[in-house]
Amino acid sequence: MAEKEVKLFGNWASTFTRRVEWALKLKGIEYEFVNEDIPYNKSEELLRLNPVTKKIPVLVHNGKPLAESLVILEYIDDTWTEGYSIMPKDPYDRAQARFWAKFADDKCISAMSGVSTSLGEAQQKMLQEAREAFQTLEQALGSKQYFGGDQIGYLDLAIGLFAFWMPILEEIVNVSVVDDENAPLLKEWFARILDVDMIKTSLPHRDKMYELSKQRREQFFSGQISRLN
Amino acid sequence: MEEAKGEEVTLFGFWSSPFVHRVIWALNIKKIKYKYVEEDLCDKSALLLEHNPVYKKVPVLVYNGIAIADSLIIVEFIEETWKENSIMPQDPYEKAVARFWATAAGDGLWQFFITEGKEREEALTSVINNFELLEKELIGKNFFGGDRIGYLDISVGWISYGVPIFEEITEFKIITEQKFPLLHAWMEAFSNSEFVKDTLPPREKLSERYRNVWEAIMQKKN
Repeated sequence: MAEKEVKLFGNWASTFTRRVEWALKLKGIEYEFVNEDIPYNKSEELLRLNPVTKKIPVLVHNGKPLAESLVILEYIDDTWTEGYSIMPKDPYDRAQARFWAKFADDKCISAMSGVSTSLGEAQQKMLQEAREAFQTLEQALGSKQYFGGDQIGYLDLAIGLFAFWMPILEEIVNVSVVDDENAPLLKEWFARILDVDMIKTSLPHRDKMYELSKQRREQFFSGQISRLN
Repeated sequence: MEEAKGEEVTLFGFWSSPFVHRVIWALNIKKIKYKYVEEDLCDKSALLLEHNPVYKKVPVLVYNGIAIADSLIIVEFIEETWKENSIMPQDPYEKAVARFWATAAGDGLWQFFITEGKEREEALTSVINNFELLEKELIGKNFFGGDRIGYLDISVGWISYGVPIFEEITEFKIITEQKFPLLHAWMEAFSNSEFVKDTLPPREKLSERYRNVWEAIMQKKN
């Protein structure tokens, strides 16, 4: 059996994996998906392909592996140049897109992780940080339809899954982070991005995601796991 | 440095920051004239805070009035805006590998520097693992960029002075000529390159700075 030219090692619930899948789908690239049981049960093949960080996602193209989801996004755009354009063309717009994707990963994700794994006063502090982080992120959107402008682009792909898991996490933890008061434009984008055809038909199962998030949080508080991801 | 006509490039920096050094090296290789503003990190200027309100950090590059933050993002902006003296690989895969290593190469080094005992051992294992792979990237090349300094050399260039300083302070040698011949040779070639040679503060001053930071951290722990 011929091996598919493009293979993606990832996890169905991972934001970092999903952004790569969406890029591949936008470009119309066929790929084989290998779901990794993270974090404790990674395959030998994954560890061989990414001996440096040992993390998913890893894209293998014609036998050559690549890690780091944002690096992979740009690689996909640089390699499959026909079809949908993911990165902006202007150097300043590219710098901005890269800046905000990094901000989202560094600040927003870690803030939400903090909110879900703390209680009481500590949680209030983390909640304030999370609300500020998302409010700041909204600056990158402004009055545009999508971060990419009239069409989705790199930044929409990078953080699109936030629109899916944020409401789930807010419900489980019983907090409000992205709301009409704090980040109304971002909230509107949440609805818009989830309505994009390609994305709508490529989301995890909501109940499954809910259960997993709830379970991970319970495991954290019962001391079974030291971090959420 | 004389100011360029028609183009205004200003770099806000701090003398010992490895992130700032990356931008300086990129500007040098691209032969871009710029104005340098030294920031007092304990008393940041209003201009810096205006240009980088999100992180309030250096480096920040201001080009014709617009501001770009984050050293690696600035380096890519420089590459894309000034077309001559290219520093990025042309091949998409090589480009991606360079971008990967730009951030991954340093993994564990800071941990190695500021921890002790078992934590340090774990960090060291990670560092050696990475350096072994990084060594392979240099096979058949003088620099990561090939014959000339490129993006990855610029991104990990801080290792050329940072690791020897860490080694001096922790009294533990990581990059020896025996264990990492190519990396060892690269460190010397990079440091002596025309684009790097006169950009760094005196080694003793840098060492002192790192030692002060280290002592402050170690004291806090104990």
